[in-house]
Amino acid sequence: MMLDVQGLRTGYGRIPILNDVSFAVAEGEFIGILGHNGMGKTTLLKALMGFLPATGGRVHFGGEDVTALEPYRRARLGLGYVPQGREIFPALTVYDNLRMGCAKQVGAEDDVIETVLQEFPRLKPLLDRLGGALSGGEQQLLAIARCLCGKPRLVLLDEPTEGIQPSIIEEIVDTLQRLRDSSGLTMILVEQNLDFIAAMSQRILIIQKGKITREVQPGNLGDPSLVGEFIGITT
Amino acid sequence: MDLVVLVAIQVLYAIASLALISVGLAIIFGMMRVINLAHGEFLMLGGYAAIVATSNGMSIWLAMLVVAPIVVGIIGVIVERTIIRFLYGRMIDTMLATWGLSLFLVGLTTAMFGNTTVGISAPLGSFQIGAYRTSVYTLFVIAVATGVLAGIYAVMRWTRLGLLARGTMQNANMAAALGVNPPRVYAITFGVGAALSGLAGAVLAPVSGVFPTIGVAYVAKSFITVIGGGAAILSGTASASVLFGTINQIATFATTPVFGEVALLAAAIVLIRLLPQGITGRFFRRGL
Repeated sequence: MMLDVQGLRTGYGRIPILNDVSFAVAEGEFIGILGHNGMGKTTLLKALMGFLPATGGRVHFGGEDVTALEPYRRARLGLGYVPQGREIFPALTVYDNLRMGCAKQVGAEDDVIETVLQEFPRLKPLLDRLGGALSGGEQQLLAIARCLCGKPRLVLLDEPTEGIQPSIIEEIVDTLQRLRDSSGLTMILVEQNLDFIAAMSQRILIIQKGKITREVQPGNLGDPSLVGEFIGITT
Repeated sequence: MDLVVLVAIQVLYAIASLALISVGLAIIFGMMRVINLAHGEFLMLGGYAAIVATSNGMSIWLAMLVVAPIVVGIIGVIVERTIIRFLYGRMIDTMLATWGLSLFLVGLTTAMFGNTTVGISAPLGSFQIGAYRTSVYTLFVIAVATGVLAGIYAVMRWTRLGLLARGTMQNANMAAALGVNPPRVYAITFGVGAALSGLAGAVLAPVSGVFPTIGVAYVAKSFITVIGGGAAILSGTASASVLFGTINQIATFATTPVFGEVALLAAAIVLIRLLPQGITGRFFRRGL
């Protein structure tokens, strides 16, 4: 297993958010995580990245126990993170944002960026613009491209469709599917957009009150009663 | 004509010395949001480092341009590791701690060197402009300030260290998620800011002399320049130095040095009233 999470607990201060989360992700898998607002989806990704301390349980990544590692060490081991809200460096140019993605120095900077940009043609004319001047959709593409510059083995992707225009959502789906098929990327996707998560994921984990309560297949997301019960979205 | 050249050189010198004393603070305050009230003492320590090194037989150039920045840079890293790093995001606590550090350093240097002004004579002699004479060292200070600003620009713009520092200051968590170790970037950045302050203190030592409380004379002007400059540390420091240095020197020339200082402070108040975000809050926004 590439990622193995056993009984993970965490929270903000003394307020517990995750209690006893367990799941595993195999190499090359695309996993979706679905749940109501406030059920701990983003918290789970933050805990996996090391931004929130684990108060219980274990996280193994690539066979190594990373439970107590700092975020930058996890990043260097091959965890990639595309956070909610994208977190583009606003006063750096698009190109410098991508250079920041190369901070781990996995290869010659220019070559890495050149290769990644082939998957993101929309970014090419924007390289000299400031990150903060981009539209939400462009920033989302940039956040994904920046993450890929670090050649991650596992990408944590938090609500990439939030507030993004539909044309770019399609572009993101296409790009990610291409990467999944061509480069053997592994991904954990947190989403509320059912079409998007169904298009991307091979399995979908339902998170409720800080626990993984169920696993469903993407095809079953068409079932209104299931969706209503576990996700709280009535169709 | 000769007078114009002389005044121009003096204006440039006023700008250069403002830029020199401010640039280390611009890095520490502008990039890291740390209000370092011991900034003046970093300048003072640079002066003493140069004086101690030259009185032990070292060449004055080596002492000013190499020894002083290295010594104060190391002191800066130690200060960051032992005090500042526990206080990030706690502005009032940082001010108190660095104020305490400032008093400690003043006390320590007073105990070591005594409460007297020591000096090194300015090298390079003087040159003639028509009916007037001015020291070559003035030109040297202008050259050092220009070199320091150009060097910072080059490092920030073209080196990996500069990029990592800029990215980390904008969003430390995101930088960490990309594999950058923020505490290390903070320590290096603080050390570089301290080293530049040490360099400035040493280069200005032959002009002003050095005494334990000389930092007080520097620290207010540095803060005024950095805050007047605004968010972009380099173009901010440069533009605020040009503005305040010119006003200060022209007023000094027209009246007296005391009125020059008053004019500088008055200009700063008007500037902050008109441009609360500093000069680079409105102009040169894409600058570094």
